Amino acid sequence: MVVALGGVAQTAPADPDPSFRDLAREQLPRLLSIARRLVGDDAEDAVQDCLLKAFQKFHQLHTPASASAWLTKILVNCCRDRGRANARQPTQIDFDAAEEFSLYRKIASEDPYPYSDSLHLDFLAEFGAEDVRAVLLRLPEIYRIPLVLVYMDGFLARELAEMIDIPLGTVLARLHRGRKLFETQMWEYAEEAGMFRGGRQ
Amino acid sequence: MINCSEAVKQLWEYLDGTVDEADRALVEEHLSRCRRCCGELEFARELRRVLAKSASVDLPADVLRRLNQTLEELNP
Repeated sequence: MVVALGGVAQTAPADPDPSFRDLAREQLPRLLSIARRLVGDDAEDAVQDCLLKAFQKFHQLHTPASASAWLTKILVNCCRDRGRANARQPTQIDFDAAEEFSLYRKIASEDPYPYSDSLHLDFLAEFGAEDVRAVLLRLPEIYRIPLVLVYMDGFLARELAEMIDIPLGTVLARLHRGRKLFETQMWEYAEEAGMFRGGRQ
Repeated sequence: MINCSEAVKQLWEYLDGTVDEADRALVEEHLSRCRRCCGELEFARELRRVLAKSASVDLPADVLRRLNQTLEELNP
């Protein structure tokens, strides 16, 4: 089943006083999609945690129109808790090298598709949604969360700052470093997956 | 005037609209005379599209069914 997502649904339900079940059911596909990108195979458990916590705190939801952001905030915290509990070892990353890395220049210099006249677009075209998810899961959580919520789910940086209780400047710094790390990991992932020349292994 | 390295560091912020007016003008001035950085900018735009597009994925129907079941049990 393909579920169309994207953007932050903020449309107020027709029912002025909808039940928790109605509000949460409407958000379920979006919550599961976010969780899959934040915690991979633990997504179902993270959403279960989120539903239980949200149900207990339902009286704290001020208006049905803010249910989307409210549930996302609870979900992100559940994902962070799960990430801490599992304490996965992220891929070893050289932060200094990442800061200087340019995927655009790397593709141009390595020329992974010698007969292509649209090298950069060909590289990006290799990345389906599952590949993007796999690359995201290589990043440390503090960089993965801003990338997912801002560039994939349409939250503003200031909304994210409020959601996870950190200063806006910290969010912007994490977005900057997260983008650089994402680019380095895209290249490494492409090499490991055999995306170049002979196609995928 | 800024060089390529300084311009590239700000391209995503430029696309996000989070650079201030002065930095925006510097980036635009650089882009007006640097073809390679224009390429970097277009690539950044495409990469953002890839990210946004990847939010739509096939969700496992069995997982959604179980989560819906949880909701039914929470709020009979």
